[in-house]
Amino acid sequence: MVADAAPSKLAADGPRGWTSLPLRAWLARRLEALAIPVGAALVGFLLFGLFLAALGKSPLQLVDIVWRGGFGSPFALGNSLQRAAPLLFAALCVALPARLGLVVIGGEGAIVLGGLAAATAAQPLAGLPAVLAVPLMAGAAMLAGAVWIGAVGWLQAYRNVNATISSLLLSYIAIALANHMIEGPLRDPASLNKPSTLPVGDAFMLGPMPVIGVHWGLGCGILACVIASILMDRTTLGFAARIAGGNVRAAQIQGLPVGRLIVGFTALGGAFAALAGYFEVAAVQGNANGTLAAGYGYTGILVAFLARQNPLAIMPVAFLLGGIEASSGLIQRRMQLPDATVLVLEGLLFLVVLLSETLYGRFKPFNPHLWAQKREAVPA
Amino acid sequence: MSDDLGLWSVPLAILGGAIRVSTPFLFVSLGETITERSGRINLGLEGTLVFGAMSAYATAVLTNSPWAGVAVAGLAGGLFGLLHGTLCKFPKVNDVAIGIALMLFGTGLAFFFGKPFIQPPAPPLPAIPFGAWSDLPQVQAALRVNVLFLAGAALSVALWWGFRNTKAGLILRVVGDSADAARALGYDVDRVRLVATGLGGGLAGIGGSYLSLYYPGSWNEGISSGQGLMAVALVIFARWNPLACFGAALLFGGAGALGPALQSVGVSQGYYLFYAAPYVLTLALLIATSSPDRALAGAPGELSLSK
Repeated sequence: MVADAAPSKLAADGPRGWTSLPLRAWLARRLEALAIPVGAALVGFLLFGLFLAALGKSPLQLVDIVWRGGFGSPFALGNSLQRAAPLLFAALCVALPARLGLVVIGGEGAIVLGGLAAATAAQPLAGLPAVLAVPLMAGAAMLAGAVWIGAVGWLQAYRNVNATISSLLLSYIAIALANHMIEGPLRDPASLNKPSTLPVGDAFMLGPMPVIGVHWGLGCGILACVIASILMDRTTLGFAARIAGGNVRAAQIQGLPVGRLIVGFTALGGAFAALAGYFEVAAVQGNANGTLAAGYGYTGILVAFLARQNPLAIMPVAFLLGGIEASSGLIQRRMQLPDATVLVLEGLLFLVVLLSETLYGRFKPFNPHLWAQKREAVPA
Repeated sequence: MSDDLGLWSVPLAILGGAIRVSTPFLFVSLGETITERSGRINLGLEGTLVFGAMSAYATAVLTNSPWAGVAVAGLAGGLFGLLHGTLCKFPKVNDVAIGIALMLFGTGLAFFFGKPFIQPPAPPLPAIPFGAWSDLPQVQAALRVNVLFLAGAALSVALWWGFRNTKAGLILRVVGDSADAARALGYDVDRVRLVATGLGGGLAGIGGSYLSLYYPGSWNEGISSGQGLMAVALVIFARWNPLACFGAALLFGGAGALGPALQSVGVSQGYYLFYAAPYVLTLALLIATSSPDRALAGAPGELSLSK
């Protein structure tokens, strides 16, 4: 899907572009940003195919199963989109702080706490009209996530505590805290085999979106990606964040509030991640239970890195990975492979895409400054 | 004499637990100390630990020798370390991000190949009963010390001495503190870091073998819950000093043993909260020992973590 978009754009703009150097330069840079990650992902799939072939399994069968299990039918597509929804939010929790140079890998904790906060908030709100209660539940979730991941940003900005490590520790603490609440004080006495909180109630549950039939988390996730993209690329705040992420000292000299930017971006990321938990509770599970920590936070890290921290690119990548994860069950049954097969593929993709960072700026067709060098070989 | 020690059994269990639980922390943190002293950080040791646990268990099941398991785990961990070191040699490749990817990759591979080994039992690593003088079973249990723990203790002393007094230790520190100075002296910075990351991975793999072959002593997919990453935090707390790593590992082991110890005397409320004690302790120590306006004392100058 992504790969197709580029050549068609080139074909449309090509003839005009040939006359204007700035346009060609712009196109070349865009094409580089698309071709390298797509190429790297293809290499990753190829390596995984070799891995499977070495074990005596057929890579082509895997492609076929992933197609049928994740994309080939309306049911499979719906399943993939349903899995993509939390990944959109979880990836934003990585991409937003990344703009400031922070590697936050604790989104899982914000998801779990967000779900728990939404389920807890539903109880005192019972009786209110859903129009009021639904935003309040979502707000409670966002607040919990914003405080949790915002604390990671605060610790980095004001105490110099490494955000990667503190966010993962806080994530473990959040999961322990949520397990304690779900199996202790907040436990629904009626939930015997599967400890969970009291149900949020049918009145506050979200239905599916019209036409595609996937819950509203998908629509809101796409909206969140668009909002994040506008914030990061089209506002002064996003510009300030990029400066602070590139060079803290330069940003401070310019008088930018680096600390507040870091806290703000991490808190927003946490609020988005918490929404993933909110939708799991209010659109899928109906209460908060142990399945909230299903690993969406960790896959979200992968999504964000594969998308190179670009909120718009997060959407197709989340869809792709949602489809791969949706076909995991089918892979196990049809190919007699363990459930960790998808983890191996994801790890491999992750490594290859990170390694491809080294290729940027090396290919001449993609890099206008290299064309110019050749052309102006004789100094003026 | 009575078997019932009452509340005294809690500190005793924590002491025993500290010795038992700390060994993986100790090996991972010593390995990470070597890596970070060279100026790189490898967050992938969590994945290495899990893969080490799996490969050690599988080897022990197949060969019936726990020591072969330890050796294979060390080798496999070393390969993961070399992979990290090789990938990070390329310009613009971020060592922290590669570490996160290796965490995922190592865990995935371990689960992938470890599936058939969840059921069969493996021979455990031997332990030395230092508590044999006592009649109390609790004391005996607390003082059964595994050989790997003693090896780790010896290794931390050896590394502490080696960093200061050997040529290799000096080269490692120069590379970690200033790559430019090391290049000016004619050392190949990338190669030193490659070796340091490989050694670090090897030690983390051995730490993993302890998990599956001694305590908890079985292979399953929940065998490590962030010990590899906590050990990285522990290195910061220990200020890149191997001797301090030993003390810190004991402290973390004790915190990890708090939950089970309280459970054994009947405190069942808040099990999950006690279980979170090591994470809270790690975070609290990180916050307490970090400073907003200066780099960490003792930090290698080239480390991206402290820049």
